[in-house]
Amino acid sequence: MATATLILSGIAITLAILLMLAARYFSSSTNEVVEKIETLLPRIQCAQCGYPGCRPYAKAIAEENAEINLCPPGGDETVRRLANFLGREFSPVTEPVKAANLNTVALISEELCIGCNLCSQACPVDAIVGVHQRMHTVISEHCTGCRLCVSPCPVDCISLIPRHG
Amino acid sequence: MTELVLIIFSAALVNNFVLVQFLGLCPFLGASKKFEGALGMGLATALVLTIASALSYLIEHLILAPFDVEYLRLISFILVIGASVQFTELLLRRASPILHQVLGIYIPLIASNCAVLGVALLNSNAARNLSEAIYYGAGAAIGFGIALILLSTLRERIEEEDVPGPFRGPAITLITAGIMSIAFFGFTGFPQI
Amino acid sequence: MVKNHIAKSFTGGIKLNANKNVSSSKTIAEQFIPSKLIIPMSHQFGPDAIPIVKVNQRIKKGELIGEPADKNALAVHASCSGQVTAIEQHQEPIVGEVSSSTCVIIQTNKDDDVSHQKKYWPRDTQTRLNLINQAGIVGLGGGSFPTAEKLNSKSLNCELLILNGAECEPFISCDDVLMREHATEVLRGGMAMMELVGASAILVCIEDDKPEALNAVYDAAGQLNSKLIQIVTLPTRYPAGGEKQLIEAVTGKEVPSGEYPINIGFICQNVGTAYALDRYIQLGEPQINRVVTVTGQGIKNPQNVLVPIGSPISELISFCGGYNDDVSHLILGGNMMGYSLHTDELPVTKATNCILAINKSQEEKSTQIWPCIRCGDCASVCPAKLLPQRIVKAYTNKNFNKLEELGLKDCIECGCCDVVCPSHIPLTASFKNAKYLTEEATTHSLLANEAEMRHNLKKIRLSKEQMKVDRLHAELKSNVRGDNRKSMINDAVNRSRKLRNKK
Repeated sequence: MATATLILSGIAITLAILLMLAARYFSSSTNEVVEKIETLLPRIQCAQCGYPGCRPYAKAIAEENAEINLCPPGGDETVRRLANFLGREFSPVTEPVKAANLNTVALISEELCIGCNLCSQACPVDAIVGVHQRMHTVISEHCTGCRLCVSPCPVDCISLIPRHG
Repeated sequence: MTELVLIIFSAALVNNFVLVQFLGLCPFLGASKKFEGALGMGLATALVLTIASALSYLIEHLILAPFDVEYLRLISFILVIGASVQFTELLLRRASPILHQVLGIYIPLIASNCAVLGVALLNSNAARNLSEAIYYGAGAAIGFGIALILLSTLRERIEEEDVPGPFRGPAITLITAGIMSIAFFGFTGFPQI
Repeated sequence: MVKNHIAKSFTGGIKLNANKNVSSSKTIAEQFIPSKLIIPMSHQFGPDAIPIVKVNQRIKKGELIGEPADKNALAVHASCSGQVTAIEQHQEPIVGEVSSSTCVIIQTNKDDDVSHQKKYWPRDTQTRLNLINQAGIVGLGGGSFPTAEKLNSKSLNCELLILNGAECEPFISCDDVLMREHATEVLRGGMAMMELVGASAILVCIEDDKPEALNAVYDAAGQLNSKLIQIVTLPTRYPAGGEKQLIEAVTGKEVPSGEYPINIGFICQNVGTAYALDRYIQLGEPQINRVVTVTGQGIKNPQNVLVPIGSPISELISFCGGYNDDVSHLILGGNMMGYSLHTDELPVTKATNCILAINKSQEEKSTQIWPCIRCGDCASVCPAKLLPQRIVKAYTNKNFNKLEELGLKDCIECGCCDVVCPSHIPLTASFKNAKYLTEEATTHSLLANEAEMRHNLKKIRLSKEQMKVDRLHAELKSNVRGDNRKSMINDAVNRSRKLRNKK
């Protein structure tokens, strides 16, 4: 009996030591996974997931700190891709209603704009230009339609229009 | 030399672990959804199989036999397999974090892959020597990899098609696997060891 | 003597009921002048022309009305004499859809004042190419690709110029009648092109269902007495007129995926384009008209008409006797690759080769779509050697990687697979949509890349600003210490006192 116990624990301890050494030698980074997750996201930096941009969200997903269904612009399609890649369970997107959409761009109504500059601070991609007390405008080529500028506007002068025409 | 080739051939095709002996069905069905995943899984299992069959031979003949505790065979083999799976996971996470993410829970599941334990036990039952044991393990790994990759490519094609409702998902996968198994029984006529 | 070849056919394709006699039995009607012209300033390739005429300005036929936007862009000319009534947005048909662009609207008069005259045809290749652009000449096969750009092959070695007279699509006969009546001009234009690209021979390719055109081209080639002209008779098979299919049939060589014929030493030009070039060289006439086939059971008097570019389709149809009572819908192009129009108030453009009015008996009965039975007929008729049944599956699964892998971009949308599919699956329509979706996905990913970059830049900018503020604070804090602190506070108190005293 004693021999058996000794032999088994001997084997187990040897293997454990070997594995510890291997773990130290093969230390890894999750960077690649974060990058891969980010390419699966729409990357329009709308921050509607609650993280300040797509990369932080990707990082949170990779570290399993975040649900995969927080991205309204990506919609169920993105969740499905993420679920597929990560081997997690699919669940529909939370709050799909105010979904941002790459096919839309923001438009500032020129008559109403009071030049408060709040929208340009909110814009994640610096697509709104204008100085204080002057009319602001959206550079539509750079706009991602993320809607982040809509709610800060005190006079409700920002609307979203189809990207072309 | 001929004998070693025969061992590999017999383990890979004639007595294919998945399709003829029905061992290791869990990862066979679980990790065969995508070709990339199947390839990774095949390689990882191959590594584990080869390492485990060599290590278990060594443990059996250098430790268990001298101390006359051969009844510990099963439990020590499981220890060895668990350790080599852990080692493979570390290696994989280092080599390809994305593949590691894709394979997810299936990597630890190699430990419970009965094909791995099966190879170790069959080696010891058939009283193979070290090189034979390693070749047998490698052959089993090749067979497992072939079956897995074939099924994954089939499943990728099936996924595109409109399968009748009741057959969708696991049902059609099992049917496919069954048909593949029938095909592999065609190798039975070859000489085997 | 003119050499004659009979070519083998290309891979895939189908034999179709040609229906060409409906329109090809009459000669080209050349006296059509519409009451109004809607001349689009847009081009399918390159920037739009800039209108240089004013409202109420009187203009002559052939006069420049749209200046090229840059050195390599195309000019636009008035196709009839008259008076400009407006410069406004108007709908025009562009590659499979109707969209709006700036158009010059001209009220025509019957004076037919001609402004263009024969110009000097220079020796220098580059000057010639520039002149071709200034004459607004584009390919008349349907793609409207700028001819000068296609002929500009200095760096590439062009062995053969292929004149495409295959005209494989049912109902269309505009190239056929053009070759019958103007074979000499077509060949002369072809010779000019050959000279430009430095090719060693011209191959004129005509399908064997156009014996009159073949004879006319033979005679003309005999008269021109050039050893460089060779005539190839093609077996009639749709889509022999496709550039890549034609080259495969004539030379046996395949144009690699994603490349142009010039990459393997060939240039393909439509016979109509050659005719337009000859008109320019001989008469100085820019490309202001083209032959259009007006046909179908829905038209009273189907025929080929020489149409000034910009003529409204409605007037063209009334010129051909108007609609029959049982007309059901209007198609721009042939019945294989054309698309339905919802209105006939659209201008004829340089890409308009046919206007087809279908009546109820010709209309395809809409049949139920059945599941794919994997017969593989679509794959065997596909002239681009694709696997339509798998592409359509990849499309329904929205698998863009698979679509690319299966070579969706090589689909020429010829419609052969639709014709043979026993389950009536709308394959070509799916492919068109799939192409649109892949394009959208690509632009979205480009946009997303840019957004990510700009977002990172903004983060850097913000952090820099924050650092600046922090540094200022730190500086202030470090200044406001010890004795310094007291004196600074005193200074501030004094300043505010002074201000108060002033008030």
